Amino acid sequence: MIPDSASASAIRTERLTAAYGELRAVYEVSLDLEPHRVHALIGPSGCGKSTFLRTLNRLHEMTPGAWVKGQVLLHGEDVYASDVSPMRLRRRVGMVFQKPTPFPFYSIAQNVSAGLVTDRGLSKADVTNRVEESLRRAALWDEVKDRLGADARGLSGGQQQRLCIARTIAPRPEVVLLDEPTASLDPQGTQRIEELVFDLKREFTIIIVTHNMQQAARVADTTSFFYMGAMVEHAETKRLFTAPVDSRTEAYVTGRFG
Amino acid sequence: MDRRRARRLKSDAMVALMGVAVLLAVLPLFLILGSLVLRGAESLSLSFFINRPAPVGETGGGVAHAILGTLVIVGVASLVAVPVGIAAGIYASEYRGTLMAKVTRFVADVLNGTPSIVVGILAWTWVVAVQGHFSAAAGSIALGFLMVPMVMRTTEELIALVPTELREAALALGYSRGRTTLVVVLRTALPGIVTGALLAVARVSGETAPLLFTALGSEYFSLDIDRPMAALPLVVYKYATGPYPAWHQLAWTASLVLILVVLVLGIAARLATRDRFRDSR
Repeated sequence: MIPDSASASAIRTERLTAAYGELRAVYEVSLDLEPHRVHALIGPSGCGKSTFLRTLNRLHEMTPGAWVKGQVLLHGEDVYASDVSPMRLRRRVGMVFQKPTPFPFYSIAQNVSAGLVTDRGLSKADVTNRVEESLRRAALWDEVKDRLGADARGLSGGQQQRLCIARTIAPRPEVVLLDEPTASLDPQGTQRIEELVFDLKREFTIIIVTHNMQQAARVADTTSFFYMGAMVEHAETKRLFTAPVDSRTEAYVTGRFG
Repeated sequence: MDRRRARRLKSDAMVALMGVAVLLAVLPLFLILGSLVLRGAESLSLSFFINRPAPVGETGGGVAHAILGTLVIVGVASLVAVPVGIAAGIYASEYRGTLMAKVTRFVADVLNGTPSIVVGILAWTWVVAVQGHFSAAAGSIALGFLMVPMVMRTTEELIALVPTELREAALALGYSRGRTTLVVVLRTALPGIVTGALLAVARVSGETAPLLFTALGSEYFSLDIDRPMAALPLVVYKYATGPYPAWHQLAWTASLVLILVVLVLGIAARLATRDRFRDSR
């Protein structure tokens, strides 16, 4: 809880190990991620990048048999400390998933405000304002402003994903986790999300998991390469792609495996 | 060319076979419904829905007391059994791997396969014999016992169908596990759960055996669940096994009314829980 020199980083992990029972998906990963930047996690399927992401908002532990060792520090605070409520933590560390997950039976506006209901301090007018603000930030406002009460399932896949981003940023988290957010989208939808990610880093720290190296190269300031549960190399994106230090990173970014 | 024709023939033959299978499956249903309408509809009149039975020998009269009775007995049973069944279903689904969930599931399956007359005897032993008199409440208890496992199993299966992603999305917004289950998971599975509950209501509405020695039957209008009460299946049973041809006619009509009551309940519940987006388009 004491801000130290490390609090300059938004998220820092110390020898973080995450496992499902006997299976160690992430092994002793230490990473330092600065605020207001886009950090990409890349690597082949099963390398632990998604599991690593899910330890940051403590969603990992919701899987039966899952456990974590090591530390995750959010602005210097240990998120696994016994006095930290995972629910409150998840309001500070938002997450967007691979498949768009609008809540059925919720209108577009209700979907965006879904994360605000746990915040008792907000008046009805506050919520309405926050819905508009979030939809504008998610670059969806102009497309849905005339049908806020309509079924969210009527939106296209790309729009649904931007709706989920709006829902995630509405409670004003500090960090936004994106788990392969464009995996189910067409090239156009993908491009809009990438532009959005670039805009959002002014207000949020963004960590994006992607299996698409071009995407990492386009949107990320720093990139970390994961391989078999270990974090092999972490560097400025340009450096990682042009002058990787580790031979495994080089093999991966040049397309020799994965 | 020959092989193509042979394939086409084979395909047509299979389609025809499946058509026959479908016909065989729905034929009994239409036969039952058809004969009910044919035989029951002629005495169907407004008076049948608003009057008590006429004394033997007189014409007219109705089964309104039994319609009311069935609604009360099944209503009280549902009021208790549906929430309990849904809660048990949520438990068995959300805590799938636990011993308690496995035991609950096993007990529900056994109860599901128990003949209704056995449940009736149980209700008689526990309630009627203890109190010393027949009562509608005892009937409700028997029907409730039959409903709980049915509702529980459908709820459990439908909750398991809700995508994990949806659950995780709610958790990731900072929802507690309870709120996630109630607001997102249960709401998503609700239309199916309602259908399941309705099937349970429909099934127990026609149960006769457990009511024979609990609610017993009555000739009068009553809302007092501590006393014997009329019910449609009991009316059908009594009239169908009675000696007078006029009674047999009443039995047919009462059967038709029983089916109509279940149908109306079904439609009402569907309307109440419809998807406001999908259906209003």
